Amino acid sequence: MSGILRYSLKRLCLLLVTMLLVSFLTFLAFEMVSGDPARTMLGTEATEAQITALQQELGLDKPFLVRYVRWFCGFFSGDLGLSYSYRQPVWNLIAPKLELTLWLSLMSFALTVIISIPLGIFSYHLTGGIWDWPRTAFNQLCMAIPPFFTGILVSWEFGIILRLFTPGDFPNIHTNFPGALLHLFFGAVCLSIPRIAMTVRMMRATVISEMNKAYVRTAISRGNDRHSVLTRHVLKNAMVSVVPFLGQTLAELFGAGIVVEQVLGIPGLGRFLVTSISHRDYPVVQAIVVILAFWVVLAGTAADLIDQAIDPRLRTSGPSGQFGGAAG
Amino acid sequence: MKKKINGYLLAGLIITGIILIAILVGAFWTPYSPTAMKYGRFQPPSFSHLFGTDNFGRDIFSRVLKGAGTTFSIALSTVAIGALAGTVIGAVTGYFGGLADDILMRMNDALTAFPSFLLALLVVSLVGPGNKYSVVIALGLVFIPSFARVMRTEYASLRNQNYVTGARLMGVGSIRLLSVHLLPNTIRVLLPAVTIGFNNAVLAEASMSFLGIGVTPPDASLGYMLSEAQGMIAAGPWYAIFTGSTIVLLVFGVGLIGEGLQARNREVD
Repeated sequence: MSGILRYSLKRLCLLLVTMLLVSFLTFLAFEMVSGDPARTMLGTEATEAQITALQQELGLDKPFLVRYVRWFCGFFSGDLGLSYSYRQPVWNLIAPKLELTLWLSLMSFALTVIISIPLGIFSYHLTGGIWDWPRTAFNQLCMAIPPFFTGILVSWEFGIILRLFTPGDFPNIHTNFPGALLHLFFGAVCLSIPRIAMTVRMMRATVISEMNKAYVRTAISRGNDRHSVLTRHVLKNAMVSVVPFLGQTLAELFGAGIVVEQVLGIPGLGRFLVTSISHRDYPVVQAIVVILAFWVVLAGTAADLIDQAIDPRLRTSGPSGQFGGAAG
Repeated sequence: MKKKINGYLLAGLIITGIILIAILVGAFWTPYSPTAMKYGRFQPPSFSHLFGTDNFGRDIFSRVLKGAGTTFSIALSTVAIGALAGTVIGAVTGYFGGLADDILMRMNDALTAFPSFLLALLVVSLVGPGNKYSVVIALGLVFIPSFARVMRTEYASLRNQNYVTGARLMGVGSIRLLSVHLLPNTIRVLLPAVTIGFNNAVLAEASMSFLGIGVTPPDASLGYMLSEAQGMIAAGPWYAIFTGSTIVLLVFGVGLIGEGLQARNREVD
């Protein structure tokens, strides 16, 4: 009975291990390039005493592993060290920006899911005949539109001409929630267009291959009409392939949002990441990179668990065989 | 097995071919100097200035020709790095298997935990931003894992084919077997992967240059020009529109080639 529960537990352990690995590699990479942060922060005119004092303040006199463990725990306690350029706790700088980026990615993810699933089915019905060509061409065209280009056009059309929002002047999300949401919505639309096109293409291919399977032929030969076979049986099976794809999309949206944030002047994580890279503010870059990587791993795990819930067969085959098998 | 050219492939080749010819011409000759600032500010598109001029009075058509060349060459070198290294890694791991396979594929898994764009940003921040070559290196490295994965699957599936066993029994060496006998049979998988990789590279380079951590002046890529154009969108919208449309057309054309290649594979199967 507890097959899914056991699998989830195992998956969560795996998640924690991946997070440890990813954060450790990032920490190591930045450790190798960043040199001595205390010297960097104080500049060339600092005395040795000042440097030692700051090193102690930042905890740099501790061994590498101690610092890593402390930093990793910081993701759960909110203490990620000091930013070089702002001299403020990294977490305080990141938190408000993380909120905006989360809104942006979740909104564009919602748009992608809501639009592409019905459109994917519709696109299946357009298969064959004169619609093949225009459908494929339109699909490829939408995939070719980079979000930053749409972003420029949107900020021109809706921002400067129609004045629905002010590009570059992002409203405070706590005092003007609808205004902020509208601003984010335009960003989400730009982000979603190519994603929707990719999902529709993928969905259509999956439905086609699923419709050619024996169980569909059986269902139709028993007198069911194609449409109800599609919605009742095929869709659920197709979702097993579409869900991981969507999980990957959710993961990528977080990173792809960087450019859109820049175009529409949304003060999110991505924009902050870019300025921090050019200022070589390593503690900030390091923290954002790991947060993004955590997001990717989380999205993958979520997609995997949803898949398990949709299709019990996955629990009895593959690497998790003994767990699901014992339960079933 | 006669390979037909299908409609998608043909359309894609025509679009890409036109762009490529324009880029090649642009490398040697442009209607105006792409950097001279003397053609009048914010001239709308006309017959003398096809794409108009920008705020410095530069001819945008000439700039787009040059910029498309930069974008194209960066994307091409990126894909070349990714495809070459990926094929070698995929061939070795897929054909021989064993310990090397385990280690490299686990590394591959770890790398794919990062979104590719983020990984490229990370490499650029480590290598040092603001340089054409650091973009190529960053993106090239980032593209290796996906090629390696595709090629590994293909090599592993071909490993036990009769013609391979036959060649091995006749004493053909491993290197010759992998490159002369197996490589041509992986092309059908490699080519579509290259088109997808190329498009990702164009978009990634454009995004990075747009953010100001990719190509920087005096080099100009389409992404960098688009970030310039954003500031002038109210006074000269044609700059952004033509530059952006060039990116869209380039990606669209190569995307159609990829679509056509995949359709051809399906027909052959």
